[in-house]
Amino acid sequence: MRNLNFGYGISRPRAVDLDTNDLRKGLDIIAEMPELQACIGCGSCTASCTAGNITDFNFRKLHTAVRRGEYKGVYEALGKCMLCGKCRLVCPRGINTRAVVMLIKRKLGDF
Amino acid sequence: MSRRASWQEYQKDIAADKYYYARSCIRQNFFPGSEKAFLDILSNDLGIDIYDDPLHTSCTGIGYHSDVVPLETIMTVVARQFSLMAEAGYENFISSCITSFGIYNEVLATWEEFPETEERTRKYLKEATGRELVKPRSIAHTSDIMFHHRHAIARKAKRRLVNVMTGEPLKVVEHIGCHYAKIFPKSGIGGSEFPYVLAGMIEAWGGDVVDYPERRHCCGFGFRNYLVQANRGSSIANSHKKLESMAPYRPDFIVANCPGCTMFLDKWQYAIAEMDGTTYGANGKGIPVLTYEEMAGLVLGYDPWELGMQFHQVDVEPLLDKLGVQYDPQAKYLGAGGKYIGKPAPVAVNCESERRLYEIRR
Amino acid sequence: MAHRVVIVGGGAAGMQTALELKSRGIEPVIVERNIELGGKAKGWHKLFPSFVSAADVMQPLALKVKSERIRCFYGQEVSEIAPDGVMLRSKERIPADAVVVATGFTLFDAHRKQEYGYGLYDNVITSVDLERMMNSGCVSLADGTEPKRIAILHCVGSRDEKVGQKHCSKVCCITGVKQAIELKQLFPTADVFNFYMDMRMFGPGYEELYREAQERYNVHFVRGRISEAAETINKRIQIKAEDTLTGRPLRMTVDMLVLLVGMSANYENPALAATAGLDLAPNGYFKAVDTFLGAVRSQREGIFFAGAVTAPKSLADTLAEASLTASAVDDYLKRKFNLR
Repeated sequence: MRNLNFGYGISRPRAVDLDTNDLRKGLDIIAEMPELQACIGCGSCTASCTAGNITDFNFRKLHTAVRRGEYKGVYEALGKCMLCGKCRLVCPRGINTRAVVMLIKRKLGDF
Repeated sequence: MSRRASWQEYQKDIAADKYYYARSCIRQNFFPGSEKAFLDILSNDLGIDIYDDPLHTSCTGIGYHSDVVPLETIMTVVARQFSLMAEAGYENFISSCITSFGIYNEVLATWEEFPETEERTRKYLKEATGRELVKPRSIAHTSDIMFHHRHAIARKAKRRLVNVMTGEPLKVVEHIGCHYAKIFPKSGIGGSEFPYVLAGMIEAWGGDVVDYPERRHCCGFGFRNYLVQANRGSSIANSHKKLESMAPYRPDFIVANCPGCTMFLDKWQYAIAEMDGTTYGANGKGIPVLTYEEMAGLVLGYDPWELGMQFHQVDVEPLLDKLGVQYDPQAKYLGAGGKYIGKPAPVAVNCESERRLYEIRR
Repeated sequence: MAHRVVIVGGGAAGMQTALELKSRGIEPVIVERNIELGGKAKGWHKLFPSFVSAADVMQPLALKVKSERIRCFYGQEVSEIAPDGVMLRSKERIPADAVVVATGFTLFDAHRKQEYGYGLYDNVITSVDLERMMNSGCVSLADGTEPKRIAILHCVGSRDEKVGQKHCSKVCCITGVKQAIELKQLFPTADVFNFYMDMRMFGPGYEELYREAQERYNVHFVRGRISEAAETINKRIQIKAEDTLTGRPLRMTVDMLVLLVGMSANYENPALAATAGLDLAPNGYFKAVDTFLGAVRSQREGIFFAGAVTAPKSLADTLAEASLTASAVDDYLKRKFNLR
């Protein structure tokens, strides 16, 4: 292996890979709050989100990513949540979304 | 095989004789021996009438897919090729290139669906060349033709795709160019999910077809993706994905029917070795990548250097040894008239040639 | 003498229609293609959403048909239908005062979705195969071992114009939820992933069951359709989909892939409809007069429909509709013979 500069490298796949992702944290979070699995992806939380309307914060995508074992950047992103609680009011499945934010932050704190 | 019945639903009529041969731009540069072998096998071994017309040009497909050749232009170029075929007295148009094959099918389908484009093309062709458009009776890729004659080739075979040291069938990965059947599944033998065109040859000549998870995946060529250096990372990533997926099956070689795929699956093995140190195949010597003409040529007893196999990035000698092919190692880099044509620098995937050739020459 | 009604098809719709007609003093005659009654529901394991055994619903029906001495022709196919009777393929004619077409549907042939490798890869099975496995008491991989990771794919042969199936087959979503729960009950430590485009939980108790699958059974629902399945070297199945809720491609390897096959219109429908001058709906099903007050009536007086012959229906809907059909036939006969 010589150090040749090709001007490009092998692009990394951006697929969510459920074979190689470490799903344990996500499963841990679901075990503690099973109601999170009941999300139907309606987007009401994101639509009404105070932070999401002024930043790229998207609670629906973030917690889905966590459940798929994709943790990178989630903790930092959840820092944008203003904890206003509107998402919990609008969730048709009655998920305690505010508690989900706190739980994920707690679980991913060391990530 | 019996379980892979789907290909029987996608049969197409392939003319048995009298072909008008349209060459490929890439192949004439990277695998010139393969097109020569195709013509030789058809005319000399099978006694078939095939016309290699010096008048025809590039189909301009790469330019078209890279947004530098407009649709009207490529349609007119295609119309000219068809007219040349008719003038030469042929009606069965066969294309050596998968990109061209896709282009010819796409243009014909567009004319069918939007007759005004055909009318415009007739007008442009007449104005530019004075020629009349005559549509071919049949269109096929040259791998279709080889597939069609696979049993005739098997009957004349000097050897089978079998490891002479173990007696086991060779494990062959087949790779089909995307534009062979992904645009028009019915235009390919076996359809797009389980194409049978190369698998049929491998089976007829005694090899085992490897079905690996990323078999249907694109090699990553993608025209502008490769042509622009900044985008090549996505191009090589796709070949890398395929090589990673096939590696556990320990294939003896890869055979492809598309100019770009054959080149990339071969040459990217060098680039991947340089970039992240991964080498594939036995002893990390790479997995040889063959054109179907080379595969047929070896089966029929052609000399590997006559087939142009010294043009490969990954050395083919270990495969030739498995097949029991007698070859002259010293003749590998001798061109026409015995002239020395130069040697590639030794790298991970071709160190076989280093050992074999240079020890002898010194 | 009682008026006679020929019922084409001895599945749930045909049997229920026959029993209802009989109770109204009409003489039903069932013509069944197979050698026994029961249709598609026969051999099914459990029914959504209550997990009642299919046999507990179907067997009493068949037994009652027998005890009511309803005349049945077995192994006979109908080649022509008309308001005054049917012609069998054996050229025998059965005259009648009205005819009910209850020929149901044809299961979508999963081989046609070549990208999923059904019939080619041992651990790719259909929802019907899974019901049979559950019925036989042995759900396992091809090599006899237990699956640890299972994917269930919704809409195989439904909402798919590539295979000429524009319609929603209606029952697969809830079947997918039911089967996911059953698999979790059989293999509690296994991970089950349902790949869906939309979850169409239209019936009573369906949405509740969906939520139970999510929350109580921890079934993973991924919104995205699997685009291809391929076998790995150790006979597992590699699948690709988009996780549309995160907007990224998703790939994973599973031990077993279950294809939720949809309902197709019967291949014989065009020929059969032509014999009676009836139109078919664009998706190939028989076309009722309308979906409101004429749901069981054909365009021709004296020819009626019952069950999934007009559209995909659940077993519950089919049974309810069969009673409606019997009532419509009864009305028709009364009018025809001035019995009012």
